[in-house]
Amino acid sequence: MKEKIISIIETYGKTPERLMDILISVQEEFRCVSEEAVSLIASELGISEADVNQTKTFYHFFTTNPVGKYSVYLNNSAVSGMMGVAEVADEFEKQAGINFGQTSPDGLISLHYTPCIGMNDQEPAALINSLVFTELNREKVRKIVADMRDGKTVESMVDEYGDGNNAHPLLKAMVKNNIRKPGPVCLGEYEVGKGINKAMSMEPKAVIEEVKSSNLRGRGGAGFPAGLKWQFCAQEKGDRYVLCNADEGEPGTFKDRVLLTERAPMVFEGMIIAGWALDAKEGIIYLRYEYRYMLEFLNSVLDDLRNKNLLGKNILGKGFDFDIRIQLGAGAYVCGEESALVESAEGKRGEPRNRPPFPVQKGYLDKPSIINNVETFCSAVKIVENGGKWYKEMGTEESTGTKLLSISGDCKKPGVYEVEWGMTIKEMLDMVEAKTTQAVQVAGPSGTCVPPSQFDRQIAIEDLNTGGSMIVIGEDRDLIKDVVLNFMEFFEDESCGSCITCRSFNMILRKQVQRVVDGKAIKPDLDNMLEWGKIMQNTSRCGLGQTAANPIATTITNFRDLYELRVKDVEFQSDFDLEKAIAESCEAVGRPPHVHE
Amino acid sequence: MSEKVKFTIDGKEYEGEKGRLLVDVAAENGVYIPVLCHWKDVKPAGSCRICTVKVNDRYMTACTTPIDANMTVENKTPELEDIRKAIVEMLFVEGNHFCPACEKSGDCDLQALGYLYQMMVPRFPYAFERRELDAKSPKIFLEKNRCIFCKRCIRMIKDDKGRSFFAFKGRGKHLEITIDEKLAANISEELAQEAMKICPVGAILRKEVGFSTPIGQRKYDKVPIGSDIEVLQK
Repeated sequence: MKEKIISIIETYGKTPERLMDILISVQEEFRCVSEEAVSLIASELGISEADVNQTKTFYHFFTTNPVGKYSVYLNNSAVSGMMGVAEVADEFEKQAGINFGQTSPDGLISLHYTPCIGMNDQEPAALINSLVFTELNREKVRKIVADMRDGKTVESMVDEYGDGNNAHPLLKAMVKNNIRKPGPVCLGEYEVGKGINKAMSMEPKAVIEEVKSSNLRGRGGAGFPAGLKWQFCAQEKGDRYVLCNADEGEPGTFKDRVLLTERAPMVFEGMIIAGWALDAKEGIIYLRYEYRYMLEFLNSVLDDLRNKNLLGKNILGKGFDFDIRIQLGAGAYVCGEESALVESAEGKRGEPRNRPPFPVQKGYLDKPSIINNVETFCSAVKIVENGGKWYKEMGTEESTGTKLLSISGDCKKPGVYEVEWGMTIKEMLDMVEAKTTQAVQVAGPSGTCVPPSQFDRQIAIEDLNTGGSMIVIGEDRDLIKDVVLNFMEFFEDESCGSCITCRSFNMILRKQVQRVVDGKAIKPDLDNMLEWGKIMQNTSRCGLGQTAANPIATTITNFRDLYELRVKDVEFQSDFDLEKAIAESCEAVGRPPHVHE
Repeated sequence: MSEKVKFTIDGKEYEGEKGRLLVDVAAENGVYIPVLCHWKDVKPAGSCRICTVKVNDRYMTACTTPIDANMTVENKTPELEDIRKAIVEMLFVEGNHFCPACEKSGDCDLQALGYLYQMMVPRFPYAFERRELDAKSPKIFLEKNRCIFCKRCIRMIKDDKGRSFFAFKGRGKHLEITIDEKLAANISEELAQEAMKICPVGAILRKEVGFSTPIGQRKYDKVPIGSDIEVLQK
């Protein structure tokens, strides 16, 4: 073990900045990062064991004890719940003879839950040894576990491949693209290298101006003008870095999965163009571990670009050097926050940074950096090719161009749609053939739960902004239990915990929603939840805490009657349960509790 | 030297060096903004959120905000004071704090803020989380029940090679403060003492010595927290 770990550490240049890669390699090699491994890594890197553990214990794909030879990470997000994950989980437990959170005594199988893995259009889905298994049901689970007992390789358990590049020899994934509506920007016609050629015929400054003129705004959800970000970064001195955020973690979004599968060269091309515009030497794409199955494929795309002289040394013979490396994440939603992503890419726990300074001033390794979404880079390629004016003609005044929507939930045609900004919710529901819709969750848990009375609202940054996640919630769903509670559990698990309001309020608010679901809440609890959510929103450091109360706030506001049906109409009740409190002592003296109401 | 800028706090004008942290400049001018994680001249953590102020109508933490010309800062408003009180309450329900039995009582910033904001009963339900006490280190007790995750020890207590004695473990509600067993085996007297001193609560305690300052003669026994700053008010 020792030799192997030392060689892994040396592969990554023996530097703490690559701790993530080291931990990932060790986890994959030994199915865990044991205490001995931590000790060895710490001494080799010259940092304390506590520091190695600090990074290790932050990410949920790192484990201290070995996971099974086959590790099943089943997605238990809201949409997976709607599509029947409970039955799938039950069948896994039955077949494997263990519960979730356990490893079988023979070490063969371990079962784990994990939040959204970017497959909401083909749920229930699971990662088994980092390969994706979609549209699971009892029968499929029985076959999977039987195959495990027969000792089959996970690769051979994937018996059919999805469409497009999913069938590529380096992907061989059962994932379907589900591209329902290609648009003119990201999923339209595309020719490798055209954008780079055009950009490099322009002055770097002119490239930035072109992007600015398109009014392209960041596609991750925050909507910051991309051209402005590039300009701010270009104004700073020092080595600059171009980072691509492929940590698509917002439950319900999967459009970056499709772009990385079908438009990988375009994503990289966008980064290279940004590299040219900023005179950067290095790009990093931060790929969530859930998309680990694409790693070899993506590396081959990078090689391809290098062979075409579009990446690497002296690009297009113009003396421009720029290369890209892929940084894997290891399971942490908050790393989609740009400064947390930077911390993680530096080998640390993915804790958002304080601002100022902003990443354009001090980002990766404290150097000026831009971090843009996968879709933003793809859009930039087309903007450079066709001009900002062409782009601006699409969409609305404030939201120009097109947007990829990842639509899932209770509709006939879940999948990826490239639409112009400005579409109404109603139009969207017709497009996906959704009937009897109770609500639409726009922009994932951190977004807004929209009631039918507001279905004429527009999908646009100035009205209903979204990073792409659109979850259709049918009439017969229990909105509070199946959706709100699930979202709050998600935030509680995914808060980095560093800032107090996000750490505590997510726990407190999740418990309050649980009280509502259990029928134990009282009327004042509702206003308390709103008020406490407001404090969390106003005082938390990053977007996670600032938006984590949204599932509660937007449903209490828009669906108050659903709550009122479940809460007791009293002003006060004691949470003290006398019977429970004396149960232990009663048992000790052998007398049943005798409590009168 | 650097450029001087003028800005206001609660309507009153102050002057300071552009780019310095609001919380420090305010303190030097006799304006108390409460802190739990901040320590002057150490890289800010921005984690306790109790120094939340409004700068030009936006919520910001004073420990991470550099001052600039024309900044209008709100500090002692009823809204902000209530947010701070809520944060104190939240820390009390999140951890397990039994002041009368704590060696830091009277020297504890959290307790002192509880008094300052006249906290009676927290508005939030108690979590009653079970947390461990780590006594493995020869010189330090790590009483995890009382940790408020300010990161002072993580940021400040390092060995001569720059390695951290303290680190976080886990995330979210499972977040824990930990001490590196191997490094802590050889921690010096001075550093152990320093670790206890900078801890704003009673999470880091020295072994074998205790109560060297009697209750009644401690930092906050006679005057409220922040009064050392407020006397500087011109």
